[in-house]
Amino acid sequence: MLCVAAGRRKTILETEYRWGVMTNTHRFDPIFKGIVVISTRSAILVRFQRIRKCRQLQQKKLRMEKFRTTRHLLQRSSRSLLDRRLKLNSENSIHSSGTVFTRTCTGYRNWILPACLHPSRDCRGLTEANAMQNRYFGSVAELVQRSPSFSTLDSDDISFFKSILGEKNVVQDEDVLATANTDWMRKYKGSSKLLLQPRSTEEVSEILKYCNSRHLAVAPQGGNTGLVGGSVPVFDEDAREQSDWHLCALVNHSSFVMPLDLGAKGSCQIGGNVSTNAGGLRLVRYGSLHGNVLGLEAVLANGDVLDMLGTLRKDNTGYDLKHLFIGSEGSLGIVTKVSILTPPKLSSVNIAFLACKDYFSCQKLLQEAKRKLGEILSAFEFLDIEAMDLALNHLEGARNPLPASIHNFYVLIETTGSNESYDKEKLEAFLLSSMEGGLISDGVVAQDINQASSFWRIREGVPEALIKAGANYKYDLSLPVEKMYNLVEDMRARLGGLARVVAYGHLGDANLHLNVSAPKYDDKILAQIEPYVYEWTSKHRGSISAEHGLGLMKANKIFYSKSPKTVQLMTSIKNLLDPNGILNPYKVLPHSLNP
Amino acid sequence: MKIMVAIKRVVDYAVKIRVKPDKTGVETHNVKMSMNPFCEIALEEALRIKESGLATEVVAVSMGPAQCVDTLRTGLAMGADRGIHVEAARELYPLTVARVLKRLVEVENPGLLILGKQAIDDDCNQTGQMVAGLLGWPQGTFASKVVLDKEKQIATVDREVDGGLETLCLDLPAVITTDLRLNQPRYATLPNIMKAKSKPIKKYTPEELNVEIKSDLEVVQVTEPPKRKAGVILSSVDELIDKLKNEAHVV
Repeated sequence: MLCVAAGRRKTILETEYRWGVMTNTHRFDPIFKGIVVISTRSAILVRFQRIRKCRQLQQKKLRMEKFRTTRHLLQRSSRSLLDRRLKLNSENSIHSSGTVFTRTCTGYRNWILPACLHPSRDCRGLTEANAMQNRYFGSVAELVQRSPSFSTLDSDDISFFKSILGEKNVVQDEDVLATANTDWMRKYKGSSKLLLQPRSTEEVSEILKYCNSRHLAVAPQGGNTGLVGGSVPVFDEDAREQSDWHLCALVNHSSFVMPLDLGAKGSCQIGGNVSTNAGGLRLVRYGSLHGNVLGLEAVLANGDVLDMLGTLRKDNTGYDLKHLFIGSEGSLGIVTKVSILTPPKLSSVNIAFLACKDYFSCQKLLQEAKRKLGEILSAFEFLDIEAMDLALNHLEGARNPLPASIHNFYVLIETTGSNESYDKEKLEAFLLSSMEGGLISDGVVAQDINQASSFWRIREGVPEALIKAGANYKYDLSLPVEKMYNLVEDMRARLGGLARVVAYGHLGDANLHLNVSAPKYDDKILAQIEPYVYEWTSKHRGSISAEHGLGLMKANKIFYSKSPKTVQLMTSIKNLLDPNGILNPYKVLPHSLNP
Repeated sequence: MKIMVAIKRVVDYAVKIRVKPDKTGVETHNVKMSMNPFCEIALEEALRIKESGLATEVVAVSMGPAQCVDTLRTGLAMGADRGIHVEAARELYPLTVARVLKRLVEVENPGLLILGKQAIDDDCNQTGQMVAGLLGWPQGTFASKVVLDKEKQIATVDREVDGGLETLCLDLPAVITTDLRLNQPRYATLPNIMKAKSKPIKKYTPEELNVEIKSDLEVVQVTEPPKRKAGVILSSVDELIDKLKNEAHVV
């Protein structure tokens, strides 16, 4: 089919394939969705002719032909190299299968034929495949099609970038690109050919202005520690890396502390943290980044630098736009400077590692902690028996603080205050009363910093242990505290012996990190998890992504937690700030609503 | 048999040390203090010996200002039965500590005195040896393995020496100082922490023990070690030789 991209308002041919997942036996059941054709007025004629031709083609093809064609597309298409473990999930109820929807645009200036129309092998494969009928084979994976509205990189672009950034900061080296293209979970792999490393806001602005004019898609990347595929290119977007932004080390040397602390602290970068609105371990004490970021500077898609870098605690002048960028995952603008409110570093830190016999005790313990420890409580984390087991088995040097027996739940409580003896007394009084009340079955209190870090190592090391254990399906949900563990038990019942369900998370924020661990990725397991987990969450008015963001993994799932009207408004904002859609495309917002 | 363990309250091992601006010492105000890691290992060994039935009581001893009681409470929380705190406001040097320990040994009569091999604040590595000398007891220092034989009243100690391991047989009573690989100290569990609150800590002053707090040593100055300079990447062997000759003066 014709792929037409016209002027500012894109008209895009969207062909949605639903792939059978490439299992280890390389079997895949191709599924083809309907063809979505969107075109401008002038292109209609051409399009209709093509449609007729395609229909004729369709009738000729047998099922095997279809299969062969899709394989042909896969092999030939250099644009969509997706790791075999890419699991894009089944559609939600909003996107019913088989719909063909059109969108007319208001006007155009010129139409840019994307490369797929060139008489190349790529195009032919695409054209033939496009002409396939709508079939649904029952698999749950979904493939994103590279948007033809984006141009491809050419040598002029590269020389332009080199002139702006210098030779060193324009990276085309295969190995470096391979690392930048793969995410931390090793689930998503893009095929970007170019990595740019700007060192100043001006450079970022220049790059974006150019990319916007050339319709080159860009994927901003900080420390590449994102867990939802939001930090790596999907196709061949230019990866933009901003290093040099490890703020935390600087702050810790003075007498202040970053309000944000997370497991990825050694590798993540502040721009990415702010763009993802990372929550972390101390949210229960210091609040979220929305409260702690006093100002930021962002570069919009068209290169405009938005200076909202205030250091004021209170500033009620107009709409507070910085909140748009916090948590936007790089899709509204690239955050280049951040002003953060840093609380003073307090000397007395105490940490206790406790065991509870059931989830109800954990929940009650949280309530008690909030009341009895009050202002000194700085972290409240929990792990269940599976998480503890994984951590102890897969983490090097991890030592069980409570070796005497195996407990069902483990809770980690940290207090931070200014008076050592007062805090210790308060903590011990709280622990004693909880123990007498039967909430805690056992526990240890760290006596020095080494012991404290070993407790944290266990909790922070669970994600690492999960990766080492094999295949890992990761979910990050916000649920009412009293219902949280019910989901875990339901998942266990559903999955049975297929996989291990591991639960841990920020109990203090009612944030569950639900993980399913299996020896290898398997379609059957995924089918049991999704969309059940999203539906369950939605039913309890929870959030399908508490802190990880939507990225690529959950872009089409937003409707489980946000109403269609809200998403519509989000799309309008996106179109306003990034009309060409070059910033981190295919992520955050549902693909069907992309410009 | 009673075991006495000497523990010291020092700046926490994981804290970044800063020298005071007047160079008289290290910044200890508002800095996290905890038990010396080697003393933890010593206490752990004593507790293991008690748990194996070869000892009846473990007594933890500490000398210093009032806050030492916190460290003693940690020791009691780990499992020690009693604590002794010798109050001394001034800085204590190894010989003075050794003299105090000798007096306490005469009072308590333990069968074994276990200490950490050195404190991480002064790295002296002297107290254990001095006490053994003052008491006339055999000593097994840098212990990486301790095996007690109750009937024969001997302790077999594997020592970590420069050349490898040396095994000594000591007649009890003896002094043992512990090295890193001896054991891994246990955590202080909640039930034990609660029990520790009611365990007795006896207070002594140096005067009661007839020990004079004096020292023949005086700290003149404390400075930071010189900052490491960055390395230089050279491009050829000639340049290397040139630098070795003219800058490092080693060739």
